Amino acid sequence: MHNEMEVRFLSLSQNEGFARAAAAAFAAQMNPGIEELSDIRTAVSEAVTNAIIHGYDQNPDRVVTMQMEIDDDDLVVIVRDDGCGIGDVALARKPFFTSKPELERSGMGFSVMEAFMDSLDVQSGLGKGTTVTMRKRIRHANR
Amino acid sequence: MELHAQKRGPRLTVRLSGELDHHSAEQTRIMLDTLLRDVTVSELLLDLSGMSFMDSAGLGVILGRFRKLSMRGGRLIVKGVNPSVDRIFQMSGLYAIVERQ
Repeated sequence: MHNEMEVRFLSLSQNEGFARAAAAAFAAQMNPGIEELSDIRTAVSEAVTNAIIHGYDQNPDRVVTMQMEIDDDDLVVIVRDDGCGIGDVALARKPFFTSKPELERSGMGFSVMEAFMDSLDVQSGLGKGTTVTMRKRIRHANR
Repeated sequence: MELHAQKRGPRLTVRLSGELDHHSAEQTRIMLDTLLRDVTVSELLLDLSGMSFMDSAGLGVILGRFRKLSMRGGRLIVKGVNPSVDRIFQMSGLYAIVERQ
C-alpha cells in the first residue's frame, strides 16, 4: 500500500504535540507495535523541536512542514524548515552537542532520532533551512 | 504537565503527569525549581510513571535539576521509567549520575 500526507504548521511549541499526534495517527494504518509508534512520536518530536528552537530561533510565525510516506512496511518522515540552517551537521549530530546551552538542552535530539528510527539524513546549509529525513521499517512487534 | 509533590524529611517526591516536551519544559522547570527553593530538600525523587510522553527536552529538565541538587550535596532519583524514556536515559548516560529506583 502506498500513501502520503503533508502538514504545515506555525513554529509554535504547541505544535510539537500536534505533530506527534498527526504522525502517530498517520502511521497507525501500518499497524505498528506500541513501541514502534512511541519511537515515531519521539523522533518526530525531536525533529520538530529542533526546527522551532534552532531553525527558527523560537520565532513563532515561521512554517514547519512535515511530510510522511508509507510504502507497505516502510515509513518515511521528512521534517523541513526554511530557517537559519546548520553550519556543521556532523558536529550538530554528536551526542551532547548543543548550540544553545543556556536553554538547558540535553544535546541528544539527533542521537534520539538516530536510535529510534532506522536511518536519519540531515540536509542543511547556513541560511538554507534544514531537511531531516527519517526512515523506519515497521515490524509490527508487540502489536 | 501536572506535578504532585510530597515531602518526607529531606526527601521530596514529585509525581509528574502529562507530556514533557520542549513546550512544557519551561513550566515544569519553574515548578520544580520553586519546590527546590526549600533548602531542607536534599533528595528529589521523580516519579515518572504518570508521564504519557517525554523526549530529550525532558532529559534537559532532569539534568538541570540534578546539577542544582548536586551543587548543594543532594541527589536525584527517578522511578516509574517507561521503556522509551529508559532508552533515552541509557543513551545519555543519565544512570551514571542519577539513581533509578
